[in-house]
Amino acid sequence: MIPAHDIREVLGHNGDLAPLVDQISEDDNLFDKGLSSFGSVQLMLALEQRFDIEFPDHLLNRRSFSTIRNIRSTLESLLEPSAA
Amino acid sequence: MSTLAQRAGKAATVAALHADAVDRDGRFPEEAMAVLKAERLLGLQIPRQFGGEGAGLTEIAQICCTLGQACSAAAMVFAMHHIKVASLVGHGLDSDWHCRLMERIAREQLLVASSTTEAGTGGDLRNSICAVETTGDLFSLSKEASVISYGIQADLILATARRHPESPSADQVLVALSRDQVSLERVSRWDTLGMRGTCSDGFRLEARDIPVVQIVPKPFAEIAAQSMLASSHLLWSSVWFGIATFAVDRARAFVQGEARRRAGQVPPTALRLAEVSNALQAMQAAIVTALRRVEDLHGDADALGSIGVSVMLNNLKTSVSDMAVDVVQRALGIVGLAGYKNGTPFSLGRPLRDIMSAPLMIGNDRILANTAKLLLVQKSGGQLMSA
Repeated sequence: MIPAHDIREVLGHNGDLAPLVDQISEDDNLFDKGLSSFGSVQLMLALEQRFDIEFPDHLLNRRSFSTIRNIRSTLESLLEPSAA
Repeated sequence: MSTLAQRAGKAATVAALHADAVDRDGRFPEEAMAVLKAERLLGLQIPRQFGGEGAGLTEIAQICCTLGQACSAAAMVFAMHHIKVASLVGHGLDSDWHCRLMERIAREQLLVASSTTEAGTGGDLRNSICAVETTGDLFSLSKEASVISYGIQADLILATARRHPESPSADQVLVALSRDQVSLERVSRWDTLGMRGTCSDGFRLEARDIPVVQIVPKPFAEIAAQSMLASSHLLWSSVWFGIATFAVDRARAFVQGEARRRAGQVPPTALRLAEVSNALQAMQAAIVTALRRVEDLHGDADALGSIGVSVMLNNLKTSVSDMAVDVVQRALGIVGLAGYKNGTPFSLGRPLRDIMSAPLMIGNDRILANTAKLLLVQKSGGQLMSA
């Protein structure tokens, strides 16, 4: 289980979301909160760096990164095999 | 009932008859539009349960190509209408009001226009300055719409705006406005090099006391990513392919005329024709491949909005728009002065001026810059038959 604050820490460094990160709930849509398409690419890169993973193409869609909950399940789907 | 090709052919025949006048006078292709409506081609994409024919993008693209060979403006108006209808079909099915609207589009053959461009956003459709201002069940909207193609002739306008006056510029919604619900004050005239009949004038758009049910329930960000990107790049490309085909057909007729006059010799221009036919085929292959890839996704929203598909569609637009200009220019090179001159059977001035818009409509540099960002995370497709 990836702690929410690890994901929030990454969001806190995202140009689009940094000022709002404390007000974003688990299921708030990040794109509605102002995450731009470039911001979402920056977020993907930051998550890849922070968790030492690479998102495969089939996960590089809007839904995978639309909420903190979805980001966690996207990350867990990649980290699970090594955890098992 | 005639086949789709026959119905499109009737519209194209009429469009071709008036194409020079539409271009010269910078006027709306009304004769072609009358036939498109009479042949009920504006409701093609609407699902059958709402009185349409449930056509997919491939069928619409084919008609865009047919019309593109006749009148670029009529073809582009048809394409832009169906790009908007694709947004409604893809994202309006959860809303009763928009389902009724789709029924009306099919039954009354309503022409749908788009108001995404706004003064001050630098042509970026994913940002709005204007906002929906809601009071109870009603909203108002004022927009400095620097371009609304065929805004005067449209029956419906789908406009983007920020969700609330406090929303960030990218938190947008799409609202459906009947022509009789808006006032349009023209602020600029579309007097251009080509594509003159799209009548893409600038307006000050005002809408007051509109029921909030007319706001499409999905965020515009999703509509843009999951439907508009695919439909606009695929349908525009198909129009451009039609224009390029028309030019190559004129070049071919010219070369064949030369060959008939000098029996036993291959005219020197035939080599240039071979080259341009090669380029046209590459263009066609790019469009058909992209169409198949999108159709194979069967509306899967996640896949359509994925980075891989976005990169593929961006690449389609930038490459096909450049290829189309190149093909028409080469056709002119083959035909020579007979193509440069207006009023000959080989005239290519109008299609050349029209096609020059292709790399500029959502500028290729803007699209390449977007692709560049996406490539920072995209992984290799690596398969001949998939990506």
